[in-house]
Amino acid sequence: MVAHAIFFYFFSIIAIISAIMVTASRNTVHSVFFLILDFISISCLFIMIGAEFLGMIMLIVYVGAVAVLFLFVVMMLNVAQQKNQWFGSSKSSSHIPIGLLVSLIIFFELIIVVGGWQYKPDLLNSSTITVSENISNTHSLGNVLYTDYIHLFQISGMILLVAMIGAIVLTFRERAGLKRQSYINQISRERKDGIQLVDVPSKKGVKIDV
Amino acid sequence: MFEIGLGHYLTLGAVIFTIGLIGIFLNRKNVIVLLMSIELILLAVNINLVSFSIFINDLSGQIFTLFILTVAAAEAAIGLAIIVVYFRNVGTIRVEEIDKLKG
Repeated sequence: MVAHAIFFYFFSIIAIISAIMVTASRNTVHSVFFLILDFISISCLFIMIGAEFLGMIMLIVYVGAVAVLFLFVVMMLNVAQQKNQWFGSSKSSSHIPIGLLVSLIIFFELIIVVGGWQYKPDLLNSSTITVSENISNTHSLGNVLYTDYIHLFQISGMILLVAMIGAIVLTFRERAGLKRQSYINQISRERKDGIQLVDVPSKKGVKIDV
Repeated sequence: MFEIGLGHYLTLGAVIFTIGLIGIFLNRKNVIVLLMSIELILLAVNINLVSFSIFINDLSGQIFTLFILTVAAAEAAIGLAIIVVYFRNVGTIRVEEIDKLKG
């Protein structure tokens, strides 16, 4: 139990510090690196708490795909040298106290919620899909995901498809002077467009450069 | 202190949520950091769902976390595509200079 507590505090302190560094770091590339560190700490917490599948999926999706996408865009757009100015720009810094105030109020509301849910005693017995003890986390997730939640699963696949098509359509642009493959011309090409049959007379030969 | 319960995980989620919120409110830099703050907020929501799912012994929370993960990936892809298009057209993605809509 003590070891569990030590690991929890270790990973959560790393997660909180790196989350602060994501927003406060002056260099955008450093922000992406701290975001990766944050995701790794939280996935370690997930694995520690018993949700192994989600921890691993989090590593694959966030660290492997999303963070690398962020890093790619940051380096492609060359915005890493734009300095972070929380309080530097004087012309429009009047919103900073209001933003801090609203954030702290939301934080205390969340803490009140955390303290308050314990006074609802029958919450812990409202289980609908119980976890079996003798099969693994991944197995039980698969049992639920492909049966009860199959429609939501397919809809999430559609969301990913729409996101992919949207990203391609947004970043696509026509360039002048670029030779492209024309599928319509390729498919609509017929035999008489490409082949010409010539009757060759005897002892005359044929002229090739028609 | 050494008894890690649901409250500890919920507090961690609240702290990370608030850090992401402060990052959105106080951002003076560029929109990419703002998108990263949104990722932090979704991460805090995931922490809450997974810890409730573990401590109540109900698998639905982990299923919802999976769907939130999907939506977060899609949102990051679309958002970064919009940022790339905006940078190509305007030449800057500083938050102060994005004022084409005159809002």
